[in-house]
Amino acid sequence: MSLVDQDAVTAKIFPHPLNAWYAVAWDHEVSNKGLLARTIAGIPMAIYRTADGRPVALADACWHRLAPLSMGKLVGSDEVQCPYHGLRYNSAGRCTAMPAQETINPSAMVPSYPAVERYRYIWVWPGDMTLADPDLIPDMHQMDSPEWAGDGLTIEAPCNYQLILDNLMDLTHEEFVHGSSIGQAELSESEFHTRLEDDGSVTVSRWMRDVAPPPFWLKNIRDRFPDFEGHVDRWQIIHYYAPSTICIDVGVAKAGTGAPEGDRSQGVNGYVMNTITPRTERSSHYFWAFMRNYRLDSQLITTQLRNGVAGVFAEDEAMLKAQQEAIDANPEHAFYSLNIDAGGMWVRRILDRMLQAEGRTGAEAPAASPAR
Amino acid sequence: MSVDNRAEWRLGRVVESVPVARDIRRITIERPGAAAGRARPGTHLDVRVRLDGREDLRSYSVVESDEGGRRLTISVLRVPESRGGSVFMHGLQVGDELMTTQPLQNFPLRVGAIRYVLVAGGVGITALVAMARVLRELKADYTLVYVGRSREQMAYLASLAELHGDRLEVHVDDEGTSLDVTALAAGVAADPRGPGTEMYVCGPIRLMDGVRRAWADEQLPPANLRFETFGSSGWFDAEEFVVRVPQLGVETTVGSDSTMLEALTAAGADLMYDCRKGECGLCRVDIGAVDGVIDHRDVFLSGRQKQRDDAVCICVSRVVSGPDGRPPTLTLTLP
Repeated sequence: MSLVDQDAVTAKIFPHPLNAWYAVAWDHEVSNKGLLARTIAGIPMAIYRTADGRPVALADACWHRLAPLSMGKLVGSDEVQCPYHGLRYNSAGRCTAMPAQETINPSAMVPSYPAVERYRYIWVWPGDMTLADPDLIPDMHQMDSPEWAGDGLTIEAPCNYQLILDNLMDLTHEEFVHGSSIGQAELSESEFHTRLEDDGSVTVSRWMRDVAPPPFWLKNIRDRFPDFEGHVDRWQIIHYYAPSTICIDVGVAKAGTGAPEGDRSQGVNGYVMNTITPRTERSSHYFWAFMRNYRLDSQLITTQLRNGVAGVFAEDEAMLKAQQEAIDANPEHAFYSLNIDAGGMWVRRILDRMLQAEGRTGAEAPAASPAR
Repeated sequence: MSVDNRAEWRLGRVVESVPVARDIRRITIERPGAAAGRARPGTHLDVRVRLDGREDLRSYSVVESDEGGRRLTISVLRVPESRGGSVFMHGLQVGDELMTTQPLQNFPLRVGAIRYVLVAGGVGITALVAMARVLRELKADYTLVYVGRSREQMAYLASLAELHGDRLEVHVDDEGTSLDVTALAAGVAADPRGPGTEMYVCGPIRLMDGVRRAWADEQLPPANLRFETFGSSGWFDAEEFVVRVPQLGVETTVGSDSTMLEALTAAGADLMYDCRKGECGLCRVDIGAVDGVIDHRDVFLSGRQKQRDDAVCICVSRVVSGPDGRPPTLTLTLP
């Protein structure tokens, strides 16, 4: 291995790998009653389920004159009818009917992207289909495990997906962006450790010992220990799975009860589940959920946590939008890195290697392209 | 199954040309440009060939490529009765240059079928070599059926046998082991996985037509039968014939190396067309009269329509002389 120029790794508009699974929708958004139009990795897709419930993602452009199939309708057990001239495609993307002729043009088809339902999401693979192994879907088992409860939402973020990964890989920003809920001064005062794991994931861990819980965490620990007063040991353990899934093990425990050593019995534990799907170079579908492993039967807590985290993430969304606008308004300016960017820089390096494996590079992005 | 169908022409250079079977040469072309990844199975190149001072377009399946998709290997059967593109291609030597597109996709392999049957006839194997290789890598359930007149005419036979072992099924006409397409389709239908089996066929029109009929007779899903035709194969060898369009005052001779569409256009007839491989049907013209036998080479008209012989796709179809041996002649009627 040798040292390489970091220009590609610090690209401001980061290209997205195509040979990857991306969440395209929540399970409940996709049905066999109608079509969902969504752009994934720059590719417009028409998403639906077959009569027996299997998810399907077709390219959202009829083979004939490229009318959007998502404006069409579902017919038969697994077919879509083009809204314009009535050509029909099955779930494999093969044309099964053409108007005004007795045969079907053998070339007539639209791409059908591999689609898999897992962890309450529908995932699609926009790249080389021969490489689409469902075992490569990142581990988000907390989403549908009976040991965890919670819910989430989607943010349509007006920024490059990498900015969201940067945001989640360094939580120092909580002190400044989320001062009223989860921020506290100890975030930037405490040490953190960044590690590239053997399985290719990246972990960033931070422990804040014997600190006053910020409002969000005081509420949570009192949901489990109603009379709780005093200090906590707080943790944030960030797990990154390529290309763009970040699951953050978060929680607080009564200070000095052994949580840093592995005994979390006197605390509350959550998992912030994030999977970010590039939509275009400058927009992303950001799917998130907050899962917890205590008081699983309380729908009230599920709703409170979802609404609370939605409020926190709205602060991130505003920052990400402003950051993207500033990036586009300052085309001649480069990114510089700080100590706190270690996690985000590992992510960037891993993504750049994925791009290289596809014969591409982060440096392909234009240094100064106009906002779209 | 990307939609790689917008041609980008570049000047490529021949880096290899070797015989791989009787009348078949393996030709590798190096094409400049950014790395685009390994050519996907089912892709083909369009190349510009030179014939008697004019240029024409031919399509050849990509047999294999390097990682970057810059070194592209095709294989070309020399068709003796035609003085056309295949002769030009066989004349290419290492270092020669020709215009070529990137790999274009009209015959994509769908990943995820429960079972695959690939059927190659003769040089049609070129469209299926990469598919079979990928299916093997994917550990898919597949059979490669390879049909030829004689072993010496079957390219890549040894390497395919080595790679695919029992999954390769060879039928050789002159060894008395010709393919029975009815039995093939019946075998697919009899298997419990029949309705989910996908068949990919590339070969001469007789083979493709036979498989299509057998597939339909077994009531297997039409969309699961995939085939690619460049409109280059007919029921009869190409002959010279005369075509007339009285309404335009045009009469011209169609050489065995030319198409009706080319000859009529050269004679001044302004006729509609698009795909030029017998698929889209835009070039269909009504037949006024025919002296001889129509060789319907398109896949647009149905079998029923072809039997009626009242219309013809002029981009690929031809006329040959009938039993009486009189010069073949076709008269077309415009609407």
